[in-house]
Amino acid sequence: MNEIILHPASASTAAPGFDVLFLALVVFSGLVGLVLVAMIVGWSIKYRRGSSADRTGATAHGGGLELKVVGGLFVVAFGLFGWGAWLFVGRDFPPPGAIHIAGTAKQWMWSFEHDNGEKELNTLHIPVNRPVVVDLVSQDVIHSMFVPAFRIKQDAVPGLTTRVWFEATQTGSFDLFCAQYCGTQHSEMRGQIVVMPQADFAKWLSTRPTDQSLVQQGAALFRNLGCSGCHENSATVRAPDLHGVYGRPVALTSPAHETVIADDQYIRDSILQPAKQVAAGYDPVMPSYDGLIAPDDLEKIVAYVKSLSPGGSP
Amino acid sequence: MTLAAPDRSSYWREGAGIRSWLLTTDHKRIAWLYLTSLTAFFFIGGAAATLIRIELVTPQGDLVSDDVYNRLFTIHGIVMVWFFLVPSIPATLGNFLLPLMLGAKDLAFPRLNLASWYVFMFGSCFTLYAIVAGGVDTGWTFYAPLSTVYSNGHVSMAAAGVFIVGFSTIMTGINFIVTTHKLRAPGQTWFRLPIFVWTLYATSVVMVLATPVLAATLLLLVLDRIFGIGVFDPTKGGDPLLFQNLFWFYSHPAVYIMILPGMGVVSEVIPCFARRPLFGYKLVAYSSIGIAVFGFLVWGHHMFVSGQSTYAGVVFSFLSFCVAIPSAIKVFNWAMTLRKGQVSFDTPMLYALGFVGLFAFGGLAGLFLAALGIDVDLHDTYFVIAHFHYIMVGGMVTAYMAGLHFWWPKITGRMYSEWLGKIAAGLMFLGFNLTFFPQFILGWLGMPRRYHTYPPEFQVWNVLSSAGAVVLAFAYAMPLLYLTWALFWGKRAPNNPWEASGLEWQTTSPPPEHNFDVQPVVTGPPYQYGGQAAEETA
Amino acid sequence: MTDEPVSKAFDEVGREREADTFGMWVFLGTEAMLFGAVFVAYTILRLKYPEAFGGGSEKLSMWLGTLNTAILLTSSLAMAVAVESAKAHALPFARRMLWITALLGAAFVCVKGYEYFDDMQKGLLPLLGPFHYDGPDSAHAGLFFNIYLMMTGIHAVHLLIGISLVVYLALPIRIPPGRQPKRIESVGLYWHFVDIVWIFLFPLLYLVHP
Repeated sequence: MNEIILHPASASTAAPGFDVLFLALVVFSGLVGLVLVAMIVGWSIKYRRGSSADRTGATAHGGGLELKVVGGLFVVAFGLFGWGAWLFVGRDFPPPGAIHIAGTAKQWMWSFEHDNGEKELNTLHIPVNRPVVVDLVSQDVIHSMFVPAFRIKQDAVPGLTTRVWFEATQTGSFDLFCAQYCGTQHSEMRGQIVVMPQADFAKWLSTRPTDQSLVQQGAALFRNLGCSGCHENSATVRAPDLHGVYGRPVALTSPAHETVIADDQYIRDSILQPAKQVAAGYDPVMPSYDGLIAPDDLEKIVAYVKSLSPGGSP
Repeated sequence: MTLAAPDRSSYWREGAGIRSWLLTTDHKRIAWLYLTSLTAFFFIGGAAATLIRIELVTPQGDLVSDDVYNRLFTIHGIVMVWFFLVPSIPATLGNFLLPLMLGAKDLAFPRLNLASWYVFMFGSCFTLYAIVAGGVDTGWTFYAPLSTVYSNGHVSMAAAGVFIVGFSTIMTGINFIVTTHKLRAPGQTWFRLPIFVWTLYATSVVMVLATPVLAATLLLLVLDRIFGIGVFDPTKGGDPLLFQNLFWFYSHPAVYIMILPGMGVVSEVIPCFARRPLFGYKLVAYSSIGIAVFGFLVWGHHMFVSGQSTYAGVVFSFLSFCVAIPSAIKVFNWAMTLRKGQVSFDTPMLYALGFVGLFAFGGLAGLFLAALGIDVDLHDTYFVIAHFHYIMVGGMVTAYMAGLHFWWPKITGRMYSEWLGKIAAGLMFLGFNLTFFPQFILGWLGMPRRYHTYPPEFQVWNVLSSAGAVVLAFAYAMPLLYLTWALFWGKRAPNNPWEASGLEWQTTSPPPEHNFDVQPVVTGPPYQYGGQAAEETA
Repeated sequence: MTDEPVSKAFDEVGREREADTFGMWVFLGTEAMLFGAVFVAYTILRLKYPEAFGGGSEKLSMWLGTLNTAILLTSSLAMAVAVESAKAHALPFARRMLWITALLGAAFVCVKGYEYFDDMQKGLLPLLGPFHYDGPDSAHAGLFFNIYLMMTGIHAVHLLIGISLVVYLALPIRIPPGRQPKRIESVGLYWHFVDIVWIFLFPLLYLVHP
């Protein structure tokens, strides 16, 4: 068994404030609980049947005592409410100078895109001591971005863009969890937030080795998985040329009479469920790659296909 | 203690054979029908929990696949919430005792009562079928669009079952409300009613007002899933948050449906074994209604990080702190009832005192979650799981045990083994805390809920929790065995073995089919213990 | 004519009758919450897509909707007369009014059915055929028509249950005559409630201005 940890890492500007309120709640609950247990245990023993304790003056009349006690406790609790609300409202006001990340949640992975178009899957590199704003979208069901070390959590809801910000105060690698149950591999939808010193981060962002970019890897997959066999100048099979497809309308044979815009989802569906939307003028002969491509690799192929259109490159 | 005469005229003897039970309109027999089915569902839900806890002993998913695990926790939630907790005390102890406590011969609508059990069983067929046919994997909360578009489990079947049993709940609620208004004994004004009646009444009001919203929500869910009407589907313009708002508008009051009857039981047991009237009776009665009313105003506290507006979050957080007030008043008053009493520690009292501590603890944990800034971190972690299990299991199930043991002599005419009762109560308390306290720590450390596999640093707390579950399972098996044993071979019980006050104790153990040979008349306030009674004027 | 309470819980019939009526009021409370939840869903989506709802509403046949409103209001009148005449012990006349109520209710259902058919032919119901809509915000108009179908459908189910209850009371079967007035009154309450739900549904669905 591993070493026992009792306290999560506190690695953001929000964490200490959170921890103090948490401690205050622990103290409040602890005191109330202790007094209650003392009353129950103490009186049960003192006034146990047959004991010689003094029972004169017993009354069933509250006299408003319970209201006074609970009222007093509520005044303290109201302070705790206010404190919690104040911390919460702070979520809406990121400090100036934040870097922006576009976060996408989908079954069952995270995708983060930096300002300069650099994309990461299941990992997010950020600089230390610099606020980060993540605009979250979901492509399918509700997910939730949860980083315990930063004490942040925000649901990613399909149809909405939600926002979360944080500022890391320690370098290192911190767990990212999906905290809203999202289907079969919910517990595997995990990642890492990698916090780097600011200079290192700047270097990392600008000098991403080109042979590691998503598009290049996607191109390699496109060839290795046989896509180019039909989609690039094939003599035997007629398949749509993918240059210029992304972002433009595509007329379909099936479902009939529909025209769709070739977005990311269209490209993905074309690979995993090619019979769902067949381009007009083509036979539905493309095989499905469902179960044959890992989600990471699928994204790389999508990135490659996008790069074949103007404005589709990252 | 003199033995009662053999139960020749009891409701047990009124007709033998299965037909007399399945076609009965006697509220006491209907309570038994419910008791049998609910016990079966408790152990079905418990079996799912057992498998979950075994799986979680190791960080890897090595016992079951992730898909099966997701179905296990979904079934655990659905069965425990709708097929055990919601009906539990009302349909068993409530059905049996409400007419007795009112000095009445039966509920206002006896045939409606029987129908409610059949509706319950009919609905359960759908959900059981869904389980057997492969299960559901959406979580008991059925969030859209996972449940409407993406899940490949038997969502509609399971939802249909819950929809149907909702009608059973509504029927029970209507019956209890009308009975309390129209069938009180002569002289029994509202402030001469036992708190158990007050809490059943408050529970019933919540049942009839909240459950229809669940019905509408599930209907919309199934229509969206089967016909694609699109109300919750963002690709068609629908709104997933609308589902959450509608769902929680029911499900938060539902948790008060689950806990209020338990509070009622404890309000009967503690005065009896402390030999003192309930402290602050009137405020406890008002608090029961207060909990029911406030319970409708706080549903948004399940949605603080959902994308709901910050302002709405602040309002819901404030109201959630307010809803703790009536519960705190009750806890304080139960403790104050002990003061200057003559306290004895019979099994029902052990459970009742355990309830007060565990419920208070769970409620204090609720304050953490009600505090917005803290909820951001703790939402959807094991902290939440620990919180609601402290209330539902440490609170509600413990109170159910207290009630079963307190009224077992009245219901069956038999006494159970007191030392077995004490041992089981102690084991339950220990096992429960060992199971669920580590989960507060897990949540604090960041372990999300509904996780099939987890990072290795969480393992030690999971192992402790699973060890506790073993003790708890044993502790639940004990009363199942010794209470059943007592049913057939227990010592015969006198009419009032605990010397308790309350109209139900003025008739034989067990009661005759018509409940009372002579119509009881109420001349004073309840809880006549130690030469005093509950306050009649504030 | 002496009356015994039906339920063994009650000693006097008067008490039991109060309980029956009170029980019906509580039940209507639950129905109000059921329809209330559906109305909330409607409201949220209408606030989100006002043009789609306005455009969709314009496509519905206001004449059929108005006709149905008139039918249902008249049926409530017949029901009210039935209740009063039953209380005045004019039971045969009350039964006739119950038949009229049921007939009018059935007429409503027929008109509704015809209206669904007509809507379907025009391609306005995405659930029942291809969708042809040329008004504003076509992407979300389908949502309006689905909600229209669902809300009027739930209402129709309640109406059918009401018709069955009214027919049951109208039939000359052996119910103790003393029980009839209270039974008719309880079902009357239910009938009026279903009518009131329609009074809300009609403007919300048919009278939305784009």
